[in-house]
Amino acid sequence: MIEVKNLRKSFEGREVLKGVSMIFEEGKTNLIIGRSGSGKTVLLKNLVGLMRPTSGSILYDGRDLTKLSTAQMKALRQEMGMIFQGSALFDAMTVFENVYFPLDMFSSMSRSEKKERAQFCLDRVNLSDAGHLYPSEISGGMMKRAAIARAISLNPKYLYCDEPNSGLDPQTSLVIDQLIHEITTEFKITTIINTHDMNSVMNIGEKIFFIKEGNLEWEGTNQDILMADNEALNDFVFASDLFKKVKEVEIKEIRDQE
Amino acid sequence: MLLSSFEKLGQYILLMRKVFTRPQKWRVFFNQLIKEINKLGVDSISIVIIISLFIGAVIVIQIALNISNPLLPRYTVGFTSREIILLEFSSTIMCLILTGKVGSNISSEIGTMRVTEQIDALEIMGVNSANYLVLPKTIGLMVFVPVLVVLSMFFGILGGFAVCFITHAVTIVDFEYGLQSFFKEFYIWYAIMKTIFFAFLIASISAYYGYYAKGGSLDVGKASTNAVVITSILILISDLVITDLMMG
Repeated sequence: MIEVKNLRKSFEGREVLKGVSMIFEEGKTNLIIGRSGSGKTVLLKNLVGLMRPTSGSILYDGRDLTKLSTAQMKALRQEMGMIFQGSALFDAMTVFENVYFPLDMFSSMSRSEKKERAQFCLDRVNLSDAGHLYPSEISGGMMKRAAIARAISLNPKYLYCDEPNSGLDPQTSLVIDQLIHEITTEFKITTIINTHDMNSVMNIGEKIFFIKEGNLEWEGTNQDILMADNEALNDFVFASDLFKKVKEVEIKEIRDQE
Repeated sequence: MLLSSFEKLGQYILLMRKVFTRPQKWRVFFNQLIKEINKLGVDSISIVIIISLFIGAVIVIQIALNISNPLLPRYTVGFTSREIILLEFSSTIMCLILTGKVGSNISSEIGTMRVTEQIDALEIMGVNSANYLVLPKTIGLMVFVPVLVVLSMFFGILGGFAVCFITHAVTIVDFEYGLQSFFKEFYIWYAIMKTIFFAFLIASISAYYGYYAKGGSLDVGKASTNAVVITSILILISDLVITDLMMG
């Protein structure tokens, strides 16, 4: 379980996170949503230790990330996998080498076992035949899938995704969402996704946190969101006419059932 | 500005502390080292040879033209050319040229990795990104730049021979006699020691500018330019200090 307590982060006097507290549910797909500039990415970077919070604590099964030594932090990081917005695959390596790299650095497996594991991860994300290609030779969707394969290669406990659907067409976005959700369930990973894609919210959001101007404004499930009476949340989630109509239809269905 | 310079110096020292730690996996480090020696060093051989041949030839022509005094023996051309090539051209000037080629390559490569979050990806995995990326480049360059410098000395003098053969600015016998006159082996060691330090400056400063690059491609280009300018200035200043310390 990951517990965030009164987390604050400031940049040159400007407070971006204003005392956020939240609990991410274990083995579930947790989504952090909010407008651009609301502090989602800063929150995610604090969670993975790429940034140090100004104050507050982040507890990983009781271990406070803000107080860990370098060695302890290194150990914790091997329990994490992350999918970056731009995939962040290593340009100089092939897709297979990208997936093999964390295994080569940290796994105690034999060479053949590592190769087998890397291939298994590529197979799992349907990239069996793309291992020999370089990141510049594959599409955006394939890059995201390769990044997922790399992130899960060391069997992480926690998976972080920073806007995994950015720059993808709606169909590919659905595939990526589904893949992340399947992996979360299959490997019992605690997944935290940073997104403003409403399809992801409705499809895979088991727990949703809505951040507004550095504060946690609302939290609930994707079912709760339909009935939520938080104005800021409704303005954000149902900004498009399409989602407004979806909401009306869904509420009508729920009332009819009642 | 002074505060910002101190801030940068502090940041550079902290980066070097992260760089000069024990590699997490020696096998991975040696693989990287070989790759870097090949990419940064071996790939620079052709440019070093071309520049050295031509500059060596030009040095001989210039000296032959400008030292045409009957009181000075003709072998002075060979002697002076050797001193220029060994002491300054093949070490300092060649390192300035390598700063442009290798330094910009290092800072733009690392800078691109920074802005595309590849360095963050390394950190998330638990890899010491500074050590993994910068140490092989630094050691690789410190190992191979002296080789390039020795090659440059050889081809610089060969260029001198070629010009003597083609233009008869001075006879080959006189030129060869001058090359052998008053030779001090220490000059070669002095040049090599100097270049090992310059190689460290090229790799570490360029890596520093790339590692702390922010923004997009424009900023990576800017970081790369800054790296080349600052490294060149520091090479010139340290050349002065080292020369005074070792030769003065």
